[in-house]
Amino acid sequence: MIRILGYRLLQAGMVALLVGSLTFVLMRSLPGDIAWRIAAGRYGYDRVDASAASAVQQELGLDRPAWQALADWFIQLLHVNPGNSLVSGAPVMEEINHQLGQTLLLAAVALLLSLLLGPPLGILAGLAPGGKLDRLLLAISTSLRALPHFVLGLILVLIFALGLGWLPAAGYGEVQHVLLPALTLALGLAAVSSRVARNAMRQVTDSAWYQFGRTKGLTESQLFWQHGLRNVSVPLVTYLSVQFIYLIEGVIVVETLFAWPGIGHALVHAIFARDVPMIQGTALIMGLMFVLLNTLSDGLCYWLDPRRKNP
Amino acid sequence: MMMNIVRRSSLAQRAGAGLLLLLVVFAFVLPLLWPQDPLRQKLMLALQWPDLSAPFGYDHLGRSLFARLTAAIRLSLGLALISVLSAMIPGILLGVLAAWRGGAVDRGVSLLADTFLALPGLLLVLLLTALVPDSALMLYIGISLLLWVEYFRISRAIARPLLLSPAVQASRLLGLSPWLIFRRHLWPEMAPVVLTVAAFGAASAIMAIAALGFVSVGVRPPTPELGLMMTELLPYYEEAPYALLQPVMVVFLLVLSLLLLAGREKA
Repeated sequence: MIRILGYRLLQAGMVALLVGSLTFVLMRSLPGDIAWRIAAGRYGYDRVDASAASAVQQELGLDRPAWQALADWFIQLLHVNPGNSLVSGAPVMEEINHQLGQTLLLAAVALLLSLLLGPPLGILAGLAPGGKLDRLLLAISTSLRALPHFVLGLILVLIFALGLGWLPAAGYGEVQHVLLPALTLALGLAAVSSRVARNAMRQVTDSAWYQFGRTKGLTESQLFWQHGLRNVSVPLVTYLSVQFIYLIEGVIVVETLFAWPGIGHALVHAIFARDVPMIQGTALIMGLMFVLLNTLSDGLCYWLDPRRKNP
Repeated sequence: MMMNIVRRSSLAQRAGAGLLLLLVVFAFVLPLLWPQDPLRQKLMLALQWPDLSAPFGYDHLGRSLFARLTAAIRLSLGLALISVLSAMIPGILLGVLAAWRGGAVDRGVSLLADTFLALPGLLLVLLLTALVPDSALMLYIGISLLLWVEYFRISRAIARPLLLSPAVQASRLLGLSPWLIFRRHLWPEMAPVVLTVAAFGAASAIMAIAALGFVSVGVRPPTPELGLMMTELLPYYEEAPYALLQPVMVVFLLVLSLLLLAGREKA
């Protein structure tokens, strides 16, 4: 367990380094004079003059050589403080705080929905391999996997928001607003988790110890609840961690599609505005969120099957 | 080799290959017989039904959807193919090198691979495209950087036990060149796995390109790109639903054909 945590901590550090150096290069490669740009962001484009720009340059120490700036920047990184947004002027962390809550809400509802949809259907299909449900599920999950998140979301919007008019296509705050974006993410996640659950269930029912339980005279439901479920869960949770990539990437696109005021939406907007501190902050948080989710799934695996030592 | 692959392929894989071939013919061969400019606007014809000069109808600026779709497929498939190839070659070389040399080289390259793994892929591509906006080059670099890790991991995993096998040990003692050992012993074991990974990689590249186009961070208008076309046609979903449906169907068919071609299930 300690080893897993140590490894994940190392990963978190590497995420910070990678995002950090990329955004540092980004900052340096901004077209035009950085000081002028930042001054413009602060005081408005029409009130910028040479004195304001040089004041900014003094304050932020932009005239120093690159290596000094980089060193300073790493010290800042250790304090997890990407500074102020170039656009709104508010501290990046404050803005992210608000957005992170919205993203976490969306991600949590999506995960919950996908867990309700995927694994139960997959387990049912795995109990009767080759059956009608199994084949239908294979077709559906293959099609769902061939659709990028935003296409899936687009189709849901066209059906439920514009066609039937049941749910709003965009906005936030009410329960009905979270349903469509969460469902978009959940369907993609369930497409994979249902297949993993199905294959795991098949492996479990084919195993010698499962057969032995049957010989011993356990009923099918006793067998499943006492011997099946926990063993199916382990590969499922392992794959769940692979799927977190899907979740994080999905958040970027799905939030933009549904105008959900979360981190992904903010990141895309920050990239438009080339608001480097914002890009840096959101990318950092998304990367760290990814590592954290993986760590949680490692822990869950360990709890489900303590025999597994390696991550 | 070729026959072997055909014989071992499943029905789904053959279906995928067939579908992909159809799309390639549609995008690369038909425009040769029937050249059209995907950028030429005829505003009078905006959102009109198909006619002889535009068999798929017109978009909101009166551009031929047939010409735009074929150009967009060429862009997506071409970019995906180049990205996969340029991820595959260094990925495999680094994997074999790490297995061959072991020690510090192995640890160093593995750490590098883990660093890339620790970041969600689309995020990396987004950050790179932010460096030089509106350029397909950054898109290509980002996607390749994201895909090489997979090749590195599988080729290292396959090469490690093989390099210790008696056959390879004997070849090494005989002083045969590393290239010969790679061709004779390592590559035949890797090829089928590499093909699967390549098909998955191309599928995710196509999805990433479309996703970035859709959020308007990837290539810029008026370049025809599948995701971008969806963004552009979305406001006209009521007047011309078939127009919006076309890029959606094309992305679906492209990714589906590659997933089927990849065959073996993978999460």
